[in-house]
Parts: sequence; C-alpha cells; structure tokens
Amino acid sequence: MAALLELDQEYAEAQADPAFHAELDGLLKDYCGRPTPLYFAKRLTETLGGAKIYLKREDLLHTGAHKINNALGQVMLARRMGKKRIIAETGAGQHGVATATVCALFGLECVVYMGEEDMRRQELNVFRMRLLGAEVRGVNSGSATLKDAINEAMRDWVTNVRTTFYILGSALGSHPYPTMVRDFQRVISKEMKRQILEHEGRLPDVIVACVGGGSNAIGAFYEFLPDANVALIGVEAGGRGMALGEHAARFAPNGGGVPGVLQGTYSYVLQDAAGQIAATHSVSAGLDYASVGPEHAMLHDSGRATYTSATDDEALEATKVLSRTEGIIPALESAHAIAEAIKLAPKMGKDKIMVVNVSGRGDKDIGILTRELDLGGETASSR
Amino acid sequence: MAIIFSKKPGLVIYFTAGDPDLATAREMALAAIDNGADVIELGVPFSDPLADGPVIQRASERAVARGTRLADVLVICKEIRAARPAAGIILFSYLNPVLRFGMEAFAKAAKDAGADGVLLTDMIVEEADEYLKLMHEHGLAPVFLAAPTSPDARLKAIAENSQGFVYAISRVGITGTQTELAGDAKGLVERLRKFTKLPIALGFGVSTPEHVRAVGEFADAAVVGSAIVALIEKTPAEEAPRAVGDFVRNLCGGVKTV
Repeated sequence: MAALLELDQEYAEAQADPAFHAELDGLLKDYCGRPTPLYFAKRLTETLGGAKIYLKREDLLHTGAHKINNALGQVMLARRMGKKRIIAETGAGQHGVATATVCALFGLECVVYMGEEDMRRQELNVFRMRLLGAEVRGVNSGSATLKDAINEAMRDWVTNVRTTFYILGSALGSHPYPTMVRDFQRVISKEMKRQILEHEGRLPDVIVACVGGGSNAIGAFYEFLPDANVALIGVEAGGRGMALGEHAARFAPNGGGVPGVLQGTYSYVLQDAAGQIAATHSVSAGLDYASVGPEHAMLHDSGRATYTSATDDEALEATKVLSRTEGIIPALESAHAIAEAIKLAPKMGKDKIMVVNVSGRGDKDIGILTRELDLGGETASSR
Repeated sequence: MAIIFSKKPGLVIYFTAGDPDLATAREMALAAIDNGADVIELGVPFSDPLADGPVIQRASERAVARGTRLADVLVICKEIRAARPAAGIILFSYLNPVLRFGMEAFAKAAKDAGADGVLLTDMIVEEADEYLKLMHEHGLAPVFLAAPTSPDARLKAIAENSQGFVYAISRVGITGTQTELAGDAKGLVERLRKFTKLPIALGFGVSTPEHVRAVGEFADAAVVGSAIVALIEKTPAEEAPRAVGDFVRNLCGGVKTV
C-alpha cells in the first residue's frame, strides 16, 4: 500500500513535469513510430457493404502492439524513482515483449511472469523476450494464464518492493495503475480524433476495440467519452460458449461475471456462487482473464460504452477475412474487434463511419493459427 | 471466547480450513488449542491467494478443489466454538468470497458461528468504513495487517481501527517460512506501540520455538502459519491432529507462562 501511495505521488509529479512529457513524446515518435496511421479499409468496407471502416494501426508500432505506449511511460517513471529492477506480467506476451524492450533500451534488469499455458501458445514472444535480455519465469498455479502471472508478479513486487518497479500492462490492479495505464494509452484516441477529422471532417459513429484487461480499449475510447454521439463498443472473448470456464466475457448477462475484488481491483469478476474466481478460456491469451479494468465496469454500468463478445471461431474467421481483404494479419485479440465489425458494419448505412482499433499484429499467433485454421489445399480460385 | 494472550508471547495458529478435509481441520484446531494455541486463524481457501507463499497456495488450491467454501468454514468454526468455549477464533479470508456472501450476512454468520474476529487480507483500512461498521455492530474484532513499509500515518490508522490485536508483518513479502526472523520486525512493533495499547502479534516467517522465543522479546504474540500448513501437507490426514498438537506444544517451548 505504501508503495502504491509513493507511485501515485511520483506519477502526479511526472504528469505535471513538461520534461517528462517531452521525453516520452520524443520516444513515442522516434523509437516507437507514433503517430500510427488511421487507414481506410476500402476492400473490407466493400466486402461488408455497410459502414465505412477505418483501422487504427497500433499493430504497426514498434514491438507490434499498443503495449509499448504504456511500457515506455512506466519505465520512465521507474527511472525517476531510481528503481533498477523491473518486473511485469504478460498474457499474450506483447506486454512482456514491450517491457523487455524498454528495459533493454534503458539497461534495466527485467523479469517477466507468464503462465505456462501462455508460454506454450505464445512461444515466439517468449523467445523474443529472452533475446531482449529478459528473464521469463513460468507460472503453473491456477489456470497458468494471465491471472496467475499477475498473482506471481504481485507477490514478487511486495517482496522486493524497495528495489523493484512493477510495470503492469493492463488497465487493472490497484490505483494508480488503471489511471496511469489509461493515460499512457490515451494517445490512441487523441490521434484517432485528429485523424478522422482530417479524413472525414467529422467524428465516427462507432469505435470498436477488444477488451481483455482493457488497455487498448480505454485508450481508444477515452478522448471520445464526452462525444455522446460516438458509440463505444468493447468486445470480450466469447471463447467456446457461455458456460462458466469457457469464456472471458465478464459483462455478458448470465456469463457469471458479477462485481467483486480480484488483485486489488473492484470490478466485474467471473466467479462461482461462493466467490471463488472462475477459470477462463479464449483462443487469444491476451483476452483470457477473469476480471476487467474498473473504468470499463464504470462505462458499462453508466451505459456510455456497450460490451459484446466474439467467440473463438468468429475471431479466427475474422483473422482470415482481414488478412485476405486488406493484407493485414491482426493479433487474435484484435481479431475479436474485427469480428464485431463484420457483424455490425453491414447493419449500418454506407454514410456511417466505424473505427476499429487493431491493437496488435498477428505474427505471434502463427503457431495457434496453423493449428486452428485449415488452409491446406486452398487456392486463389477456391477462396 | 475472547482474544486473550495468556503467555508471553501468545500463540496464534493459522491453517487453511478444508486441507486435508474439514473434519480433520476441526480436529487440528482442537489439538492446537489443547496444546497451547491462544487464537486459531481459520483460513478460508481462495482460488487466488495473492499474499501467500507456495505452501499456503498449495493448501488453498487443494481445499478449493475439494469444494470447501466460506459457508463450510463457518460450520466448523461453530463446531470448534462449541467444543472449546474459551479459545480465540479468527476467520481469515480474502475479500471476494466475503463480498459474494454479502458483507452484512457474513458479519451475522461469523458472529453466529462464534468467531471473535475477522482478518480480510486484501481489505485495506482506507476502504474499510462499511466493513468496520458491520464488525462493530456484530461485536467482531477487525484485525488489520501492518507492513514494515507502511509510514507512521498508515500504521496509526491500522492500529486505531484494529481490535483484538494488531497483526504486524515481520518483513516485506508473502507468507512462508525462513531461517531467521527479519531485522525489520522489532522496529515495526516499536513504531506500532506508539499508536496502540492492543497486543501486537508478529507473523510471516515465524516457524520454530527459537523464533517464538525471539518474538516474545518484543511482541505479544507469534503467528505461525506456513510451518503448520507444510506439516499438514506431508502428514496423513488421520495423523494430522496429533502432529499439529505436538508441533504447537513444541512451539510452546519458546514460551514462558506469565
């Protein structure tokens, strides 16, 4: 608790320090490649036959996902605080890779906790982290996925709190983490707003983003919260169906998600009738988590954002659709947002505008895709 | 039926209820009380025991897998109370099972089960208004954890809002045994004394009669958890109550009767 108060104070000071922002903005531009494009997906739009679809290309960022926006911001805080050892949790491995990357950039020790199930299915990212000089520690407790990696990272943090900075990758955990992560991801919607005005001269009708912990979604939504005419849609992992343990759709009615406390956050939590945290399933490791960022819970309850879900099969199909209409292979997490676009866009008029946040690229998922998608024998003419 | 430390230091014994099973847990509690434990902390198993080291994590996982839930722990609490009217009993849980049970329903049920107090690991004093109100209304002692990293202002709030005793954490980190007591511990107890006249119990890493003796030099009670849970883990269920009793009696070798 004392460490959180110290972090809260340091973060407030950094936020008020122009030099902090100047350094962060400089690195986001020159090292990470911001701003990322807002790209009009012409063939996808034509294929679906409804709303004009724009893609926010976070997949083009250095390391391949939006996670670096936050990892960079937090590592700069760690440096201000004089912490030499960095720890992180990771699900899909994108936050782990981003953290390992910024640690390499600044010469800091880096330990990443990752569920062993996730290490197996995101093997490429495990190798990337190790190549970048990080130590990857497998976690085999519970379901050996993101939740368990966060438990272990938090245990490490409380044990080594005097020397260690915990770079949390999602809009989760105790205050100030959800606020801090949102602020570092807010750049997504800041750019989006400016770019859509350049392209279209008006704001979009709807913004779609996938929601695991919810960092890319809160980043994509935040600047549009006051714009009541912009609908905000978060897409959770529908997994294999709505039975408890088969999905990670915390907001789904009758899905088993009710308000509770997990890992220091009061939010919707998938749990059994006695308050034990439920197992979750998603084909995408990054969405496979029993709770959700508390700001999303607030947006859900207030009705400002709506939350829906896409199943494993819908996400896999969406991966194929985006790859073949636009030449963009999305991360399986981001494919959940694409799946919602595929459902929603045809129901909207051609004068409507949709922005989909492509939070990451799909290279990391090639192993899963190879197993899950049967492309054998398909030829150009049979597609 | 109260939290009274009759020795210096007093002994608080933790174990995870439902490991190896509920009936054995009840017998272990009775054995611990009969061999010198002043207070039993009945741990409610939880799927995600964030503050616990590997030993208690494994016990919790086994108990959850067996189907042990908060309601079951309340049942054995009541049985232990009926069998040992004078013992101190604390219900030890993570917050979420209690929230799901309903905070008010829980306070009432805990009182009905004969508990003296409650320790919720991840309930922080800063967010505890409603919880404290319900504890007071039902005559239950809320116990909070105090860490060596906490500044004085926070220790003050923890001390002022605790009843029964204040639980001082001997070191930063999670539960688990260690060979030597941390140097942090004595300083923390001294800082807490400035804010409270309540007994101060020291836990995390206390596992041997030598540790208990060392704790007695500056604190009022020693909390032993992981060492007992590790013993339970390697002992067949039918022998566990006797083994726990022997272990607690041995710990009392580090205790002098006041």
